[in-house]
Amino acid sequence: MTSLHRRHILCGGLALSLAGAGRVRAQVAGARPKLVVLIARGALDGLSLTVPYADPNHRALRGDLAVAGPGEPGGTLELTEGFGLHPAMPLTHGLFQAGQMRFAPAVAIPARIRSHFDAQDVLESGADSVRGQTDGWLNRALAATGGAPLKALSVGAQTPLILRGAAPTTSWAPGREVSRDDRLVSQLMDLYAADPLLGSGLARGLETDAMAEGGAIRRNDVAALGQTVARLMTGEAGADVVALSVDGWDTHARQAQQMVQRLGGLDGLIGGLRDGLGADWDRTVMLLATEFGRTARANGTGGTDHGTASSLLLMGGAIRPGGPIGDWPTLAEGRLYEGRDLASTLDVRAVFKGVLRDHLGVDRAALDGLVFPGGSAAARAVDGLA
Amino acid sequence: MAQDASPMTAAIALGRFGFGAGPGEIARVAAGPRDWLEAQITPAGAPNSPGDFPDTAAQVEAFTAYRANIREDGSIRPGGREPAAPMDMQDPDGGMRPALDPAAQAAFDARRAERRGLAQQSAAAFLARAQWAATTPSGFAERWATFWANQLTISATKFQSAVFIDSYEREAVRPHVFGPFEDLLLACESHPGMLLYLDQAQSVGPDSPGGRRRDAGLNENLAREILELHTVGADGGYSQADVTELARALTGWSIDGGPGAAQARRPRLRAGRGRARGEPAEGGRVPGLSEGFLFREIIHQPGSRTVLGRTYPESGVAQGAAILTDLARRPETGRRLCRRIAAHFCADTPDPALVAALESAWAGSRGDLAVVARALIAAPAAWDPAPVKIKTPYDFVVSTHRAVGVAPPRVQALSLALESMGQPAWRPPSPEGWPDMAEDWAGPDALVKRLNWAKSVADMLETTAADPVVLAERALGPRLGERTRQTVARAESRAEGLTLFLMSPEFQRR
Repeated sequence: MTSLHRRHILCGGLALSLAGAGRVRAQVAGARPKLVVLIARGALDGLSLTVPYADPNHRALRGDLAVAGPGEPGGTLELTEGFGLHPAMPLTHGLFQAGQMRFAPAVAIPARIRSHFDAQDVLESGADSVRGQTDGWLNRALAATGGAPLKALSVGAQTPLILRGAAPTTSWAPGREVSRDDRLVSQLMDLYAADPLLGSGLARGLETDAMAEGGAIRRNDVAALGQTVARLMTGEAGADVVALSVDGWDTHARQAQQMVQRLGGLDGLIGGLRDGLGADWDRTVMLLATEFGRTARANGTGGTDHGTASSLLLMGGAIRPGGPIGDWPTLAEGRLYEGRDLASTLDVRAVFKGVLRDHLGVDRAALDGLVFPGGSAAARAVDGLA
Repeated sequence: MAQDASPMTAAIALGRFGFGAGPGEIARVAAGPRDWLEAQITPAGAPNSPGDFPDTAAQVEAFTAYRANIREDGSIRPGGREPAAPMDMQDPDGGMRPALDPAAQAAFDARRAERRGLAQQSAAAFLARAQWAATTPSGFAERWATFWANQLTISATKFQSAVFIDSYEREAVRPHVFGPFEDLLLACESHPGMLLYLDQAQSVGPDSPGGRRRDAGLNENLAREILELHTVGADGGYSQADVTELARALTGWSIDGGPGAAQARRPRLRAGRGRARGEPAEGGRVPGLSEGFLFREIIHQPGSRTVLGRTYPESGVAQGAAILTDLARRPETGRRLCRRIAAHFCADTPDPALVAALESAWAGSRGDLAVVARALIAAPAAWDPAPVKIKTPYDFVVSTHRAVGVAPPRVQALSLALESMGQPAWRPPSPEGWPDMAEDWAGPDALVKRLNWAKSVADMLETTAADPVVLAERALGPRLGERTRQTVARAESRAEGLTLFLMSPEFQRR
């Protein structure tokens, strides 16, 4: 639909009017806000996710990796201001058209590092630099929302750093159903009396597992995974905050094919979460962030190497519609970071802060002192996201 | 002195340094736990699991044939690039794969069949490795080898490296784990498994004859991980320029197979530029490179390189090898690895005196891993009876099999168990390898999955296993606490007692 309007959209305006249509903002008294943080591990190539097809340097830099503009074969799905969404993501594009998706095209963590592990450490800890904090910003935010502490869940056998910390959280991963044996569990709890890591961990794990009702999910059925996670977020005992990792973005070679597959999977997951959340979707904000972007130029092996800025997606029925978040630095030779990477125009924490403040109600003092101790000067919360 | 020979020190030696005690082992080792450990440190390295598995040379041949097939069915683009679609292990079974047209589907199915064959080999090898860990009398050597394989990990998350994952560990890792670290490093970085896992085999020097001829270039993946994960570490003081220089030096490090291999192996007759007439351009000039390695000078970036302030003149394959040797010898490398050894065997936050003792052994021996292993055994902090480290899922599963005296019989059950607990077979999620801290393995869901598995094992052994209290006493010796002993003894069924023993803090930790 969008190709005909490409020039209009490039001039601005139309996307906003589209975004306003059909939007219902739920403000049910007492209903708790929901937040889902998707972490794309391995450095997701932002230039393939929200493709800057109208940037004059895009095709030359990317060569075979450049995704075509809207209307061309295999072309992007039109967003706004010269950006298109990767064609493997129709469900996410549907959210955009409903005013339930926005993107920040050039965000980065505050530290300029190209190590996956160190960069994920900074992204998840919320610190200024590597190992600046030993717990995660999302965990610290749980206790800072004013009301009762939010309940948090991570998906996967291991708790990611973003949710590690003093506030108790639970975790869940797909698996076959096992009959519960209360006698056994209570004896184990006695054995774990002096071992809180095992004791409270197992107790929380069992509670979550019961809610998932078994949760056997066919391998790679991303929509079913999304729906089951959504089920763990509904009802009185449901999680308010969820962290979920999506792996496999380290595309040093054969990037174009890999992106079709991986972004298609991500799209299915996002669709599953939205469907599963049902009415709660209107109270949900969902973030997708990665540790850093990839080189602006293709490398010698049909892929890209570790870079700097990438894009961030903001989704959900509780977001406020709007254009791109943050400025576009362009891909002009002189604007590339160290002559090789998309430069960052926005600290990723500024988006996190905006969402925590306006969606979860974390107050400013806690935001700048406790959750992101770097202070407000470094990254000021973005206004008007939720 | 905690290192005195006793049932307690025997239980620690078997549990903390090894994969746990099997029936009768504590009594056998109690006469000299420290001698039992030291006897496992041999120049030959850590023993391989018994069994006849394809070696690196055979796997290079199979892999080359597989890739040649792809060329025949037309799914590979010209220019010697990687095949277009499904080289990832996940693809063939994936619901995430987009629909293909019929011709592509047929090619896809054919490749899937071949891939399954290669994948099944690595599954069988994994079972053999777990069976060996569950039965070996040399548990310390096995743990030590597993630690180094993880330190220099490759992963079956990528099909190319999955093919070589078993031969990599057998031939590049295990023979070198009680020798100089620089030998281990050179063997690993030059093995086809590593060269494929971190994309080195595809990296081309832009100014090399091969690079000038076609549209190909540098891939800095391996170079970065060598600096960050294999040697000096992320705070080791290197810059992006050092990464790029190392990547340039390593261009030409490739696999002995496929197009151009015969030509690259042939001694080249060339005048000038320091190379004598007829001197081979292949890897044979540098000792210690792995089987299956081939230096392809035609894609090697010419020129001298500077890494961490030191300049290395052009010398073909020897240039990259010299940089690796220097990286292995840097003090940052020794410090980093000693801390990781201490954290792996003793405590998430290891005793500083223990780390210092290891560092001193490393520095005094130029990174001789046998000397470092002996220093670990000699350190009093390593013998603290309080159990601290949470077992990884693999260690939990293996030590359970040791405790009940049965090797894991089938690979499918083993794989499902490990996957559910977060440590799927041969598939560490990233080049960083498996994590090593309590919070990595003892999250709420992981504990539920451990309990589920312990229950299923106990149900299966209900009629055959010995009395659970006897099993617990045999496996833990004096480390079995009175409370756990009583709880296990009071269980209303053998299965319940066995589950409680397997899930007890004493058995979950070491």
